[in-house]
Amino acid sequence: MEHYLSLLVKSIFIENMALAFFLGMCTFLAVSKKVDTAIGLGVAVVVVQTITVPINNLIYQYLLKENALSWLGVEGTDLTFIGLICYIGVIAAMVQVLEMFLDRHVPALYNALGIFLPLITVNCAILGGSLFMVERDYGFGESIVFGFGSGAGWALALTALAGIREKMKYADAPKGLRGLGLTFMIAGLMAMAFMAFSGIQL
Amino acid sequence: MSKTRDVLFDPIFNKNPIGLQILGICSALAVTSKLETVVVMCLAVTFVLVGSNVSISLIRKQVPDSIRIIAEITIIATLVIIVDQFLKAYAFAISKQLSVFVGLIITNCIVLGRAEAFAMKNSPGLSALDGIGNGLGYSVVLLIVAFFRELLGAGKLLGFTLLPSINDGGWYMPNGLMLLPPSAFFIIGLLIWGLRTWKTDQAEEEN
Repeated sequence: MEHYLSLLVKSIFIENMALAFFLGMCTFLAVSKKVDTAIGLGVAVVVVQTITVPINNLIYQYLLKENALSWLGVEGTDLTFIGLICYIGVIAAMVQVLEMFLDRHVPALYNALGIFLPLITVNCAILGGSLFMVERDYGFGESIVFGFGSGAGWALALTALAGIREKMKYADAPKGLRGLGLTFMIAGLMAMAFMAFSGIQL
Repeated sequence: MSKTRDVLFDPIFNKNPIGLQILGICSALAVTSKLETVVVMCLAVTFVLVGSNVSISLIRKQVPDSIRIIAEITIIATLVIIVDQFLKAYAFAISKQLSVFVGLIITNCIVLGRAEAFAMKNSPGLSALDGIGNGLGYSVVLLIVAFFRELLGAGKLLGFTLLPSINDGGWYMPNGLMLLPPSAFFIIGLLIWGLRTWKTDQAEEEN
């Protein structure tokens, strides 16, 4: 239990997807203008991440890994090279399923998320989560925790940046720096702040 | 003729994928602490970009609109697997350093963004040029960022010592911040500031 807890804290704060690994940066910078939309997108990312990482974990463990097909009586297979295409396929399919499910059963959330839901397919934080899971060889339980934690960490960073950017309206920045340039600087300062977590030993 | 030239050179300064279109930023930040990895990364991205632009442009009239995204993603993923396997075979050390970022070229928004915005509407020849142009625009920004990060952070370029550091008996005190990820944000932020001061029409009016 303690192991899962420390993995959770680690994936939310210390190894924050957005600020320590720079994943999902494009949406991170583009969609952080308002807190409301940021929270909506954050929730969607947490949901998709918590579903896709464990599913990709199962695919990796029972289909792709070296000798993974031994439960079928087939020995000596190694399908890891088609991993990338499988993971992105699962993500695209999951996003599609989630979109249809929300449309049918939770229309309020569906309308709130709008365009962001399909965009999650090309959010690198999602694919990155699955790739890190493979690289670090997480088990099924760990992958659920890691999926949730990394999604939550990304959502947290996104919401925080949106909060700061809403206040930036009142700043009198040089003309060329306004907008994107300044957002980069803020994100840089936030990343430095998050580096303080890296001293924590778990 | 001038259209061909525009397609090729516009993405470098006028419509830079990173500076103006906000595309492909993740890898721009994460792999830029050394010039060597950046060169490999730029070649890989340009290859995938040209390959996907050409193949998507070739099938643009056959693919129904509703499934185009998944078709595009499949093409891109296939190209990325080729690059990934190639790097693992011929440049294993660099492939280790790039770790997941080679795989993440799939979700690099430059590739999908150009496929959607350009290759779906233009001929294969023009699409190839657009791929090269955007690859160059991406590479220019990455090379500048990596140049400063490696020079100021380690006093080296491509592994050769230019500014001998104090630890090795020289005079240069390496700036450790430059090797850490946040410095990439600051350098790109400053670059965008410079670019928008030079090309004032790119500046944003309101936040």
